[in-house]
Amino acid sequence: MTDRYTQAVNSGVTKTLAKKLGLPRPAILRRYRAGDPLTVGPVLVVSDGASKGAADTLAQALLEWDVDVRRQPTDDVRWGAVVLVLTEAAEPTELAEPVLAAGSVLRHLAPNGRVMTVSRAPGEGDSPTLAATRHGVDGFLRSLAKELRAGATANGVVLTDGAAVEARSALAALRFFLSAKSAYVDGQLLRVGPADTAAGTDLTTDRPLEGKVAVVTGAARGIGAAIAKTLARDGATVVCVDVPAAGEGLSRTANSVGGTALQLDVTADDAGTRILAHARERHGGLDVVVHNAGIVRDKLLANMKPAQWEAVVAVNLAAQLRINDTLLAAGLDGLHIVSLASTSGIAGNKGQTNYAFTKAGVIGHTRATAALLAARGGTANAVAPGFIETDMTSSIPFATREVARRLPTLAQGGRPVDVAEAIAFLASPAATGVNGQVLRVCGQHLVGQ
Amino acid sequence: MATRQKTSAAADRQGVRDAVVVGGNRVPFSRAGKKYADASNQEMFTAALEGLVARFGLQGERLGEAVGGAVLKHSRDFNLVRESVLGSSLSPATPAFDLQQACATGLEATINVANKIRLGQIESGVAGGSDTVSDAPIAVSEGLRRALLEVQHAKTWQARAKALAAIRPGDLKPLVPATDEPRTGLSMGEHQAITTARWGIAREAQDEIALASHQHLAAAWESGFFDDLVTPFRGLTRDDNLRADTSLEKLASLKPVFGRSLEAPATMTAGNSTPLTDGASTVLLGSREWAESHDLPVLARVVDAETAAVDFVHGHEGLLMAPVHAVPRLLARNGLTLDDIDFFEIHEAFASTVLTTLAAWEDADYGKNELGLPGAFGTVDRTKINVNGSSLAAGHPFAATGGRIVATAAKLVAQRAAETGEPARALISVCAAGGLGATAVVESV
Repeated sequence: MTDRYTQAVNSGVTKTLAKKLGLPRPAILRRYRAGDPLTVGPVLVVSDGASKGAADTLAQALLEWDVDVRRQPTDDVRWGAVVLVLTEAAEPTELAEPVLAAGSVLRHLAPNGRVMTVSRAPGEGDSPTLAATRHGVDGFLRSLAKELRAGATANGVVLTDGAAVEARSALAALRFFLSAKSAYVDGQLLRVGPADTAAGTDLTTDRPLEGKVAVVTGAARGIGAAIAKTLARDGATVVCVDVPAAGEGLSRTANSVGGTALQLDVTADDAGTRILAHARERHGGLDVVVHNAGIVRDKLLANMKPAQWEAVVAVNLAAQLRINDTLLAAGLDGLHIVSLASTSGIAGNKGQTNYAFTKAGVIGHTRATAALLAARGGTANAVAPGFIETDMTSSIPFATREVARRLPTLAQGGRPVDVAEAIAFLASPAATGVNGQVLRVCGQHLVGQ
Repeated sequence: MATRQKTSAAADRQGVRDAVVVGGNRVPFSRAGKKYADASNQEMFTAALEGLVARFGLQGERLGEAVGGAVLKHSRDFNLVRESVLGSSLSPATPAFDLQQACATGLEATINVANKIRLGQIESGVAGGSDTVSDAPIAVSEGLRRALLEVQHAKTWQARAKALAAIRPGDLKPLVPATDEPRTGLSMGEHQAITTARWGIAREAQDEIALASHQHLAAAWESGFFDDLVTPFRGLTRDDNLRADTSLEKLASLKPVFGRSLEAPATMTAGNSTPLTDGASTVLLGSREWAESHDLPVLARVVDAETAAVDFVHGHEGLLMAPVHAVPRLLARNGLTLDDIDFFEIHEAFASTVLTTLAAWEDADYGKNELGLPGAFGTVDRTKINVNGSSLAAGHPFAATGGRIVATAAKLVAQRAAETGEPARALISVCAAGGLGATAVVESV
């Protein structure tokens, strides 16, 4: 589970050696700790000429978070973050000024710094020029992310449906990306729309899920246990679900988060009903469901046995669909569903036709479910982890594992908590404007978007 | 059935409120020397408690009392239950004490907690027990023990040397715990063999009980009955004594192990006797108000309980026949008859224990002479006995059996009541060493 290489190149003699040899040196990423400052240094806000008003608004919001906000690029500070506000740009030429201003301070970006773009999504009816300007941000951001070093990342907030730059969910997304909670999210552009229900939510609270009841499937260990702990840290009462055979780890998780353990096979016909009944009877409601339970049965399709295909589909996809049907029929208000997808489901992976089918299927049903939940102020989103250091990945042969670790821009595997932080963000009321999206937590993996 | 009691008479007693069973948790039971070979009673009981806490969200909760015990117990485990509570996620302000009534320990603990709740002394409590044969205490011989104590008390080195010199080679032989009855020197199996012969219980009938136990327990596991009653421990997810594929032929092929010196043919085998087992169990009880205020489910209420003891030393009665005497008294006090019972949970110390119990209740002379009844106590519908298996299949970690049975019985009556809309009732009967027996009735709420 430990990434000895990353430890070695960041300490002692081996650090000096690695420097001299010019070896790749993955950074020790800064992770969230309550009470730590939001960013590692001052935040520079730059914009194109047309977006100046939007940039002012955004800078004002940042000031309310006790962030040291600057508007002039100077090389006498170690920048914590650079935010490029590009929302009103209409011509490709307008981006030169803010982009080059940001470039001028990159050498002074602190380790674990952040570069953010805030832009608008191209939409139907856009002129070719406007569409080019807006979509261009995509390629710019993803390339810039690959140029950053020392644990710094670049991500973008992409406003949809005319959302204002200060829309609650847009600010919530900005705050998530600026913070250490997004440590292993890199090169991603997240679409954010306006959402009335997010209005008035407190973005600075340490407990955004206070009073909420969350269900996490597959919570006995690994990523599921980290999700349970993170949601509980954020204030949620967590119902921890796993198969009865995993009960020992499940009770450990439940007791560590002060939640309840529900030994249940999610593929059972009545799983949704039992989850809902447990949440309502024992905790008075249900606000968040995290579909984390998943299995792998890797085989080349030519060698795939029916049981291997069917088991993966049953657990990873059919169970989620059946449980969601029950939840939708129950008409819950403000329900946030977050499902675990995978980079395999986006880019494909040899030997994982079954797994990738289900994970792409998760992305499909997430988009379709989003519209159904929106009417009641709810959301459906997916998180697609890349290579995460867990018991499961520690069983991968050494060489394969090392390659998988070094492929992403951040040149290391993520931790279960990195996935959990993204989920906790998407599950929070402030993120209601994020709906039907897939957020990758992959350190900017080489493949896929 | 027409005269069936709707509510038990005890419910009407003034000044006594209900104690309800909220749920239970145990570790899967494991044959001695296997998965839990190096697990202590404290580890197992703590694990059973932790699963219970997780199931019901009791982290940091101060319960009124935790009561339980172990039959085979190290002297260091003098505060077994309290130490387990301290090692659990419960509030350290949860009081606890150990009690022990041989195989009836778990049921006696349940009765104790229920009574405190009924009297209003506590609002909630855990009852249970743990036993390990694998990690049993081994004592030193009486000679060595006396010498060592003398060494400790000695004030001079000469006195110490003198005490040590008194140790003889024969004193170094350790004393391994035995389950023999101290007053008769007979093992429990040999005692039951006498009872079995007295009642003329056939080998085939015993094997049928054993087969049913395995089949019922296997079916219960398959149906998910234990999903909210058991939490895996040390990688074991089901009772490993369970033989779902056993058959009458396989059981018939086993050689008798008890009663081979009796005149009657020996009938008791390893297949129709419980194996030595490791495990721990817990039951969560509370007042209705406590359960409600904690948004917890209620499976059943504890109606009443009765213990009994018999004179087995002089051979007047069988060692494991005490429950036969307790049940008629228990039911009579509550205005109930055997027909009012939907589920009979009769602990299968041996298959023949169940059969001698039933035979005694069906015998008119026995009813008159031993139970003081006008005639036979009555007949039990065999289809209502141990419907989800019992100790022959699950195994029997002495003090843990009571908790297993109480939780199972409570869930059975709750399920039946939910299905039929009618109240359902279970009778629990546990025999124990020393000619003891504990019995109780639980009923749906």
